[in-house]
Amino acid sequence: MSLMRITSPHAHSGQSTAKVMLQVAAATVPGVLALVVFFGPGVLVNIALCVATALACEAAVMKLRDRPVGFYLKDYSALVTALLLGIALPPYCPWWIPVIGSVSAILLAKQLYGGMGYNPFNPAMVGYVVLLISFPVEMTRWVAPAELIQGTPALGETFALIFGNMNVDGFTRATPLEIVRHNQSTILAQLYEMEPMFNKGSIAGLGWEMANFGFLLGGLFLLFRRLITWHAPVAMLVTLTALSVVFYDGGSSLSEGSPLLHLFSGATMLGAFFIVTDPVSGCTSNKGRLIFGAGVGLLVFVIRAWGAYPDAVAFAVLLMNFAAPFIDNYTLPRTYGHKAARKATDLEEQ
Amino acid sequence: MEWLSEVSTPLLILGGMALVFGALLGFAAVRFRVEGDPIVEQIDALLPQTQCGQCGHPGCRPYAEAIANGEAINRCPPGGQATINELANLLDVEPTPLDAEHGIEDVKKVAFIREAECIGCTKCIQACPVDAIVGAAKQMHTVIVDECTGCDLCVEPCPVDCIDMVPLETSLQEWRPNKPSDGVQLIASDRPELHTDDRSAA
Amino acid sequence: MSQVNERQSASERRAAREAHLIASEKARDLSRELKINDFHGGVHPPENKHQSTGEPIGSIPLAEDLIVPLNQHIGGTAIPLVKLGDMVLKGQKIAEADGLVSCPVHAPSSGKVVAIEPMAVPHPSGMVADCIQIRTDGRDEWCALTPLADYANRDIDDVLEKIRDCGIAGMGGAGFPTAVKLNPRGGAEIDTLIINGTECEPYITADDMLMREHASEIIGGVEILAHLLDQPERVLIGIEDNKPEAIEAMKKAAEGTRFHVVTFPTKYPSGGEKQLIEILTGREVPNEGLPANVGIVCQNVGTARAVFRAVTLGEPLISRITTVVGESLQRQRNIDVPLGTPIRHVLEQHGLDRKTLQRIIIGGPMMGYTIEDLSAPVVKTTNCILAPSKQELPAPPPAQACIRCGLCAEACPASLLPQQLYWYARAEDREKLQAYNLFDCIECGACSYVCPSSIPLVQYYRAAKGDIREARQEKEKADRARERFEYRKLRLEKAEQEKEAKRLARKKAAEEARKKREQEANSPEAQAAKQESDVVAAALARVKAKQATPEQQLARAQRTLTSAEHRVERMQKKLADAEEAQKPPLEAQLKTAELKLQEARDRLAEAEKQAAAADKTPEQKTVESSAEPSITEDKLTVAGASSSAAGAAIERAKAAAAARASMNPEEKLAQEIDALKKRVEKAEARLTKARNEDDPNTGAFETALEKMQGKLQEKLAQQSQSGSQD
Ligand code: SF4
Ligand code: SF4
Ligand code: SF4
Ligand code: SF4
Repeated sequence: MSLMRITSPHAHSGQSTAKVMLQVAAATVPGVLALVVFFGPGVLVNIALCVATALACEAAVMKLRDRPVGFYLKDYSALVTALLLGIALPPYCPWWIPVIGSVSAILLAKQLYGGMGYNPFNPAMVGYVVLLISFPVEMTRWVAPAELIQGTPALGETFALIFGNMNVDGFTRATPLEIVRHNQSTILAQLYEMEPMFNKGSIAGLGWEMANFGFLLGGLFLLFRRLITWHAPVAMLVTLTALSVVFYDGGSSLSEGSPLLHLFSGATMLGAFFIVTDPVSGCTSNKGRLIFGAGVGLLVFVIRAWGAYPDAVAFAVLLMNFAAPFIDNYTLPRTYGHKAARKATDLEEQ
Repeated sequence: MEWLSEVSTPLLILGGMALVFGALLGFAAVRFRVEGDPIVEQIDALLPQTQCGQCGHPGCRPYAEAIANGEAINRCPPGGQATINELANLLDVEPTPLDAEHGIEDVKKVAFIREAECIGCTKCIQACPVDAIVGAAKQMHTVIVDECTGCDLCVEPCPVDCIDMVPLETSLQEWRPNKPSDGVQLIASDRPELHTDDRSAA
Repeated sequence: MSQVNERQSASERRAAREAHLIASEKARDLSRELKINDFHGGVHPPENKHQSTGEPIGSIPLAEDLIVPLNQHIGGTAIPLVKLGDMVLKGQKIAEADGLVSCPVHAPSSGKVVAIEPMAVPHPSGMVADCIQIRTDGRDEWCALTPLADYANRDIDDVLEKIRDCGIAGMGGAGFPTAVKLNPRGGAEIDTLIINGTECEPYITADDMLMREHASEIIGGVEILAHLLDQPERVLIGIEDNKPEAIEAMKKAAEGTRFHVVTFPTKYPSGGEKQLIEILTGREVPNEGLPANVGIVCQNVGTARAVFRAVTLGEPLISRITTVVGESLQRQRNIDVPLGTPIRHVLEQHGLDRKTLQRIIIGGPMMGYTIEDLSAPVVKTTNCILAPSKQELPAPPPAQACIRCGLCAEACPASLLPQQLYWYARAEDREKLQAYNLFDCIECGACSYVCPSSIPLVQYYRAAKGDIREARQEKEKADRARERFEYRKLRLEKAEQEKEAKRLARKKAAEEARKKREQEANSPEAQAAKQESDVVAAALARVKAKQATPEQQLARAQRTLTSAEHRVERMQKKLADAEEAQKPPLEAQLKTAELKLQEARDRLAEAEKQAAAADKTPEQKTVESSAEPSITEDKLTVAGASSSAAGAAIERAKAAAAARASMNPEEKLAQEIDALKKRVEKAEARLTKARNEDDPNTGAFETALEKMQGKLQEKLAQQSQSGSQD
């Protein structure tokens, strides 16, 4: 009998990457449910298409790179990427939108950089932005919540919309953020009363607020399981709130929207708990995460208020991904027994 | 005259910027100049100082000078690939595999004199480039292990062939675990050993 | 040396900083009753302490053989005091400390020394180290012990000497000689003594049980330690709050003393020296510094007890309490076991189930190491022997890529960024590793423990640390070699110059003398002198001729030649008859013979020439001999040109290296054989010469020749083998 010879530690917490990823996936369930309830089964089709394409892509790349396919698929990182992308895409978009999105997310943003752990940018967001820039029309047509249009597309219609050439225009309406952005003349209180999108909901637009609430719940679950730290999400949400308070302008016609609108509309909660917490492309230290999150919050507001795109989380996150190594460099923690933290670039001091 | 001001403003701005940045760069170049050792010193600092002559030069420093004058960097077997890589890094060239013409990388060795057989001829003392052998005429000689570079030059001159090159043993205190192999992340072509020159095995 | 100086100046600078720190600390301490601090990071692995605390500390039958390693501590290996076959008594010193930072070793039981040789020791490398093996006689007979009564009135150095003499080393794990630690030099004043009863590693309960059962001895030891440190202001005994019985016992024992028993929440690695110091005092041991730099000395409870027994009973450190635990054992408990007891013996006494066993860990699951050879003994630092089953501590799964989740950084008690260190360790970027403070890693394993990708982070760090240390050492050595090389060059140049100067001086003198002679050539004295010198020269020539007359030499040379010729002929015939397979060696022999023949011919020619020369008149000889000095001088200059023998050797090596290029193994072998042959010939020639001259080294030459011939045969055999393989 030969005894094992390995170095310490011999114990392990039992946590594994696969488990982390699966829990992240599970945490999206409330938000996805809300989306399905309000926007119909198109959401699920998107997700399914994304996941299938992403896994196929990942498997193909692993095969090409001569690596064990099963081992890598089982870390479920591709699954989570695809899931997040699927959630972010407008429901009932043509089938090739999720397919192209997943392919660029997995191939372009992840595997070209060396696979899991090596990607400098958040793959799901890269996929999203590629789509947004290439197909702005398809990407900006959001169907309205079921209540506003007498029911979301039925199953047959769903498939006609996605795989056929049925036009989705009959089902779409402006999103809450768009409504507020395009508003030039009405004060917010009036707008809230006029717009069915708002008066049927309560704070941030029918359907949207529930979806955001769902993602918030999922995020709290992740926090509770210690799978993410509070730093980045809290920093992002606080910055966003602060800026929207500053530019609320008393709810005038020029107001950029209430803090609640910003917090519970668009992809805010999804972004805060599922995107900016992506460890690979984010910052390393907690201090860095604070800065990273605050940066995302700032950019989200700036783009929402003064930019030309309907939502801003994807761009904000990608821009901050650029800055992450730089932030990391300046936010090294102080090592035990050292006088002060120092920058990673200070090599000479040694 | 209108066009003149239209052209001159940007020109002035651009020119001004060029001046300012030029001055800044110049200042930085003077202020933050890196005082480097002459290149030969830097190269010599990287060579293993075994002084064995396998590179074709009488000692490491001459080889450092030769490298500074453009000789290939892959001729020092005692330094091996690690030294080549460091040299490549310093000189900003591509690292090349060790030139087998000058010898192959071997485990670290030190000379050992079987003292009972030593006749005290002092021939090895004369050959040793780092004075690592002590002894006097007709007295037994011995090698100072800590100083011996393992250059092999003392073996040949010994008339009674009592010098052996023995591999340096790692002591319990110096031992360390190996760097873990990269497990499943690796594919065949990533494995480092395949990059080394194995012509001799062929 | 320079390193020591550097260290000292650094420590001086640090001392100033620390003094300031301590002053402010003191001011705060008085107003605030022992506040417990927290340290960054840490993990909560399952404690698994209940398995081994169910029974009181037990003991096992004495093993037949005790294997006592000479180095069970940090520092120099002890030097044996006993010989093979010696009878030793229990407690007798069998090896003496070597140097200041070292520890003596004592016999754990009485018996006979049966071996002093390298044997398996508990070490992660699985290498062997020098040990003394004692075959016990079962009598367990003590030698006379000399306690140090009334230590409080003794000189502190005496007490320290006693501790040192009893071989006490830190029993918490590292094994640093205790006497050295208690004698802090050049640091700040010690104001806090910390006794470490934390024992944060899962499974291990040795200190826990020790505190439960021997609290009073520990407190006695603490008293001695406090005395040795000149009664520091605070004496803190730190215990994690998961050991209520131990805390109870210690509090009771400490009643009436000024020692504080401090409890704090359980968290790994609060038992690490640096972490414990932070918990109890809020101070941080400075980077590259020692606890003494911040006025603290830290000792383990086991060490305190050992000190107590050493001083009051005179008992050396020959046994320790060790936890024997793991699901592969039928019985799990703590035992008081003599040092040197083979681990196999310990395990067998606890019902080891070999079927479920997969590894043996010395120490705990977080920082312990595995051993393969179960004959390795228990040593001073062995606090736990863990024999887990496969389910208990499963084998690690293959590592995945780092997802930079940052869990490791959260867990790291040194506030490092393990994921960055991992990255750079993989890339072997030594500069970056040091910039990220790799050397502040205490190898606690918390990062690997939490890593969801199961990356063996600590192993990367250990390997990287070793690499960097080695590189540093090599660099140092290379620098030294360069210095020596350069110095030698200088020396040789100087010698050369001196020689040159002397030569010139001689030449000048000779010139002058010649001139003088020419001037006085016709004087009668000169005539007489010339005649005299002629006579001397003739005598010299005669002597020379007598040594070996040219005729004799000629004859001998001819004899050699004939025999060589015969040999060649014989060989050729043999070769012709031989079968294919045997040919190569025969050919080689033939070649040797031919070479010999050639040599013999040369010799003959030489001898003939000499014989002819001998016919010359004595006058001619004189002329020749007077020409000789200048020849030697020429030789010298030649030597000077090649600068040194080393230069020549380098030339040779160069040529050899060039020749070795692009050769296949056979050619190489053939070349080696040739070289050997040449050396054999040289040796033969040398031997003949030595015989002729009655050299005292003749014997040595003979053995050398034999050896070389042996080598040659070996190579030839090798060649023939590879030849027949083709
Ligand atoms: S081969 Fe390397 S070690 Fe030997 S002399 Fe040349 S440079 Fe120095
Ligand atoms: S002792 Fe021999 S091998 Fe060692 S440095 Fe001197 S000559 Fe070289
Ligand atoms: S815990 Fe493991 S996977 Fe996570 S950042 Fe650290 S090394 Fe990477
Ligand atoms: S092993 Fe080193 S890097 Fe890892 S947690 Fe411990 S101190 Fe930090």
